[in-house]
Amino acid sequence: MSYVKSLTRRDLLKTSVAAGSLLVIGGGFVAASNAAWALEVTHLKSSTMATLIQMARDIYPHDNIADEFYAAAVKGYDTAESKGPVEEGIAALNAAATGRGHASYLATGWERDRVDILRSMESSPFFQQIRGGLITGLYNQKAVWPVFGYEGESFSKGGYIDRGFNDIKWV
Amino acid sequence: MSVSFDKKDGNVVVVIGTGPGGGVLASELAQKGVKVVALEAGGRHGPEDFVNDEWASFGQISWLDSRSTSGSWRVAKDFSGLPAWIVKGVGGSSQHWAGASLRFQEHEWKTQTVYGNVTGASLLDWPIDAKTMDPYYTKAEEKLRVTRTGGRKGLPGNNNYKVFEAGAKKLGYKDVHTGRMAINSKDYDDFVACQQTGFCFQGCKWGAKWSAGYNEIPVGEATGNLEVRINSQALKIEHDASGKVTGVIYADADGKQHVQKARIVCVAGNSIESPRLLLNSASSMFPDGLANSSGQVGRNYMRHMTGSVYATFDKPVKMWRGTTMAGIIQDEARHDPSRGFVGGYELETLSLGIPFMAAFLDPGAWGREFTSALDQYENMAGMWIVGEDMPQETNRVSLNYDVKDQFGLPTPNVHFDDHPNDIAMRNHAYKQGAAVYDAVGAVRTFPTPPYPSTHNLGTNRMSDKARDGVVNKWGQTHDIKNLFVSDGSQFTTGAAENPTLTIVALAIRQAERIASEMSKGNI
Repeated sequence: MSYVKSLTRRDLLKTSVAAGSLLVIGGGFVAASNAAWALEVTHLKSSTMATLIQMARDIYPHDNIADEFYAAAVKGYDTAESKGPVEEGIAALNAAATGRGHASYLATGWERDRVDILRSMESSPFFQQIRGGLITGLYNQKAVWPVFGYEGESFSKGGYIDRGFNDIKWV
Repeated sequence: MSVSFDKKDGNVVVVIGTGPGGGVLASELAQKGVKVVALEAGGRHGPEDFVNDEWASFGQISWLDSRSTSGSWRVAKDFSGLPAWIVKGVGGSSQHWAGASLRFQEHEWKTQTVYGNVTGASLLDWPIDAKTMDPYYTKAEEKLRVTRTGGRKGLPGNNNYKVFEAGAKKLGYKDVHTGRMAINSKDYDDFVACQQTGFCFQGCKWGAKWSAGYNEIPVGEATGNLEVRINSQALKIEHDASGKVTGVIYADADGKQHVQKARIVCVAGNSIESPRLLLNSASSMFPDGLANSSGQVGRNYMRHMTGSVYATFDKPVKMWRGTTMAGIIQDEARHDPSRGFVGGYELETLSLGIPFMAAFLDPGAWGREFTSALDQYENMAGMWIVGEDMPQETNRVSLNYDVKDQFGLPTPNVHFDDHPNDIAMRNHAYKQGAAVYDAVGAVRTFPTPPYPSTHNLGTNRMSDKARDGVVNKWGQTHDIKNLFVSDGSQFTTGAAENPTLTIVALAIRQAERIASEMSKGNI
């Protein structure tokens, strides 16, 4: 991930507006509200990237996975080629939110209401593109595997022959 | 490895494909003194460069050329461009297979006779039987060092197996064990025992699982009679005015086309590419494709009735640790129409890593019902269902003229509709699989839909009569005596068992026949 360097929480609060979620949207970046990470945004609007990150979490919600990993999963859409369709898709998402009386998708407070919005556009190519991309974009990040307990590569450690391939005791 | 045959040498046998069919055939022929050129579409990978990483391995070894799908099977919706999950490269799909090595049951050679008339199914008896195949199965089991055969011990059970076995026994199943596996249960001279690493589908980095790529091909090459030409994709089989085949046009890594002359051509490109090659070889003499006077080339495509059952528990399982598929329940493999379907199925342990589980647990699903299952990944156990599916003439590989490949040739379309018997069997298996896990306290169970096909069978079926199929009991085409089919596309019917052992046994038998017929001057 391309991080914005030397960002402090104070800087963030000074220069940006908090989104409905725990993300902070600034000029040319999206960041965690505790400044733990920040993502530079070059082609998309920062609010679009923040919405995309929230959308990613709402599609595949894992409460033990930090926003940073959802951000990493969608940051690839910040390109000149993707800009048009993604801005259009997020605009449609926001239109669906306002159509339901919310200020925007990000300002929709409850997950269930955001999920209702997503369901209404589930068959759209935009939704399917984002959802399909997350399958590898999110779950193929080695950094998230420990959250699931998955241990990944084992050959270099000699496999599990001496490391618990049959260690459960409860059956 | 150093031998190289002249492309104009019309005395060689050309084998197309180096998987469990073609790789074994090529090596066996070479060991009998027959000169062989094996054309392999992919490259050469082995334990030294296999990776313990699901998607990276998928990109490294899979057959990813353009293919299309049609029909009502769920794979056409979930993976429309990927009907099959098979390998392109030396060793073919024996690089990524799980290693389950089961003989057909006796009745499975004669399903038309035993099952009787099943509406919509094109059942047919094989022209060979269990007695014919017994010695070849024994040879195949020796070659593959199959556990629980020939005095070899079984593999130890991993965590996933322990859950599976406990549930099976509580349910009253009797025929439950760690499988007959082509995975070493002890060290051999050249190959080590299974190290319980997992990642069997990604190619065994220990070489503990049998592969035609590193167990058979090198033996053939060492004789000086086998040349394996990699990155060489067969495009068309040529014939002369008498109708005999004379050689194979293939493209090299740069797309440049060559002709390798041949005395005999053996097609072993898997059940999608093999019929495609015969169809793409149409000529004025054979306008419907080679060996297709019956119209059966490409038909009766089978993929096994499959599915998976995963379950989550309130305690850890860590199913990914250890051999991917060393566990089987065979009680449901019998033919017992009282269950509401003909034929039977096997239940076999299976695990996927998190990357593949996300892709395959419930393709297309999203939201908390899905993610809360993945959140329990560490507490998850899994099994695969593999059963006999009904051959149907309309399930077929045909040419898609709308989409051309990198060589300008029509790509294959794979059409498949589940037969009602397949659906009844799958539903029964989902119920039984869930019951196994419920018996040991499953919190949730997941009836997971089929993955892209790993068992591709039957598109050049073996038949007694020429009008009923493409090849005879030797895998020799009914129409052209120096053209053979040497892979799973020969299968008349699919049986319930994982097909590789049978493919290998047929290849060993066919090698004997070809060498014998050549020495008699018959071909």
